[in-house]
Amino acid sequence: MAGLDLDFKIPVTKEQEDETVVTHNARLGILLFVVYVHFYAGFMILSAFNPAIMSTPVLGGLNLAIVYGFLLIAAALVLALIYMVLCKKSG
Amino acid sequence: MIHNSSAIAVAIFLLFVGAVLGLSFYLGAKAKSSKDYFTAGGTIHWAVNGVAFAGDYLSAASFLGICGMIAFYGYDGFLYSIGYLAGWIVALFIIAEPLKRLGRFTFADALDNKFNSRGIKLTAAISTLVVSIFYLIPQMVGAGALVQPLLGFPHFVGVITVGLVVILIVVSAGMVSTTWVQFIKGSLLVGLCAAITVMILARGISTSPKEADGTSAKVFARDVQLADLTKEPAKTVIPPSSAWTNKPYVRILDKATGSVSVWKTEANGTLFETQSITVLKDGRKLVNGKPQGKSEGQEDLKPVGYAYRLPDGASETGPLGPLSFFRTMQNTDVILWGSDKITEKDGSVTNIYYQKPTPGSDFLTPGSSPTFKKVRSNKFSDKLDFLSLMLALFCGTASLPHILIRYYTVKDQASARKSTVVGIAAIGFFYVLTLYLGLGAMTSGTLDVTDSNMAAPLLAKSFNEVLFAVISAVAFTTVLGTVSGLIMAASGAVAHDIITNYLKMDLDDFKKVRAAKIAAICVGLLAIVLGILFSKMNVNFLVGWAFNIAASANLPALVMLLFWKKTTKQGITAAITAGMISSLGWILLSAQAYKDVYGIDPEKAIVPFSQPAIVSIPLGFIVLVVVSLLTANKDAQKAAA
Repeated sequence: MAGLDLDFKIPVTKEQEDETVVTHNARLGILLFVVYVHFYAGFMILSAFNPAIMSTPVLGGLNLAIVYGFLLIAAALVLALIYMVLCKKSG
Repeated sequence: MIHNSSAIAVAIFLLFVGAVLGLSFYLGAKAKSSKDYFTAGGTIHWAVNGVAFAGDYLSAASFLGICGMIAFYGYDGFLYSIGYLAGWIVALFIIAEPLKRLGRFTFADALDNKFNSRGIKLTAAISTLVVSIFYLIPQMVGAGALVQPLLGFPHFVGVITVGLVVILIVVSAGMVSTTWVQFIKGSLLVGLCAAITVMILARGISTSPKEADGTSAKVFARDVQLADLTKEPAKTVIPPSSAWTNKPYVRILDKATGSVSVWKTEANGTLFETQSITVLKDGRKLVNGKPQGKSEGQEDLKPVGYAYRLPDGASETGPLGPLSFFRTMQNTDVILWGSDKITEKDGSVTNIYYQKPTPGSDFLTPGSSPTFKKVRSNKFSDKLDFLSLMLALFCGTASLPHILIRYYTVKDQASARKSTVVGIAAIGFFYVLTLYLGLGAMTSGTLDVTDSNMAAPLLAKSFNEVLFAVISAVAFTTVLGTVSGLIMAASGAVAHDIITNYLKMDLDDFKKVRAAKIAAICVGLLAIVLGILFSKMNVNFLVGWAFNIAASANLPALVMLLFWKKTTKQGITAAITAGMISSLGWILLSAQAYKDVYGIDPEKAIVPFSQPAIVSIPLGFIVLVVVSLLTANKDAQKAAA
């Protein structure tokens, strides 16, 4: 039976949570999310509506498509780090 | 077959797959109950868990598919890398913590918890089933693509083998995919890809790349005049039969050898050499007019992939740095390959693969692949396909049934966040590497023009056989792990949610397991059939479809459940149903499905573009809000009366 159990059906033990901590963390998450959405949307809009601009060299001879793409990946990591540092610990 | 298998490579491959499978069984047996799995979670270090995130998320299909798409078309494959990673932002910032506060792991579970409605259980189970099956298809296709260059089997043999092995694993023992196995696979995959990237940079780019054994890749003739080709008396132009008239091709028969070469006429009137494979009505295959094979008197398709013009007219660049690699590629013209299909009246079909000299400035910007070329058109509606895919990738990660689970395997929220950061770092690093790997494969001289999915393993093969065997083995075990996980999730949905909870059939444990096993066999067989049916498609494109369905069916319900208090159970059921049916129906009626699955003229497709998310996700939200408001009123009236 082991393998056929749906492992995730077991409830998680809830942590002791302080309402203010939860609100703080949720607000922070949404704020960072909004920041990233703008950055991501900028990339999509440029690619979709002005693809020619994506081939202009911008940094160290690399074109905008490569630089922006790498920055999006780096930004995801940086924002996740900020979130980790700024989130208040529960309890 | 274009590929030779080598005994050493096969031995290393089998040893490696055996070792990883053995390890999973050993660790799986230790974690007997599902509870163990999670209490063990409490003791797992966040860094290990983070890399395991990468092991879970980086399915072999996305690895093979992204590299293949970049190798064949350039930057467009990298769009998937960006989208897959961006999806984690939704998961981390918006979904994960509120979901955990509900005390649940997945959305289906959370819905169950809050409403306890049979309708929701049924729709959630069906949506899990559909998403799992769509996610299974690319894994199966990828398995075939791995086995083909390594063992020399045809594609379908690979698909059937994986299908049967996984069914056997699931039915006989059940493979518990443990954190440590995912950790090992994740770190091996990322580590090996980093090593290959270093090797690509050290090798540089060349106009005539050499294979591992020192033989140079064939450089195809271009800019040739017809008169030069027919100088020898034995060579004559074949008069075009009906199917070949008005096509830009000239066929030349060499009477001395019997070979037929097909040349493509360019705009300036010169001819470019092509490769052609003809499937006769009786099933025999001819390559350039000769029987396909490696022996005397036979011919086979040649591996391709080299630069056509390097900056400053050099013939090779020598070692390059991580940035100068891209700078050089931007200023390099590469021979990419296009394909065309000609069907004769007698039923024989000729596939022509022709050279497409493409400048780096073109293939390193979005819109270079057939999938997204419409981005460069001026019509607004043509851009929707691209926007829709990027939306699906963004929203899909958090909606996949099996992704968020690992968030809960560490002891507290702070550790969960730390491991997500490690996961994002490992996955992001890997996706940065995909651009190097793809472009490296594009100029490796080992590409198979018929199948983009094989680009990554063939790239490894261009360095050496051992690396090729190891990377194939890691990718293959990843396929086994992902496929068994998906089959279990799907069979669980049938046995637990549909039969027990919805139909209220009172099964004892034994019967329940038997039902789940029968379901697993059915899903496995279905996956085999679909894997063979979809074999011509880039696996990454297929993963993209799975993300479309997951995001359309699950995301509206998930977000509204967490953030809108007026959500009702009828609203949820309606939103899942609407999102799932609209996205699935849309995909099945798209031009891509017409062309690659049914073999019908894609021009006849009913829907205007192939990625449904931009329509079906908003539809899900609208349906949820409307139905919730309507049903909330009814409930209120009832209460008043």
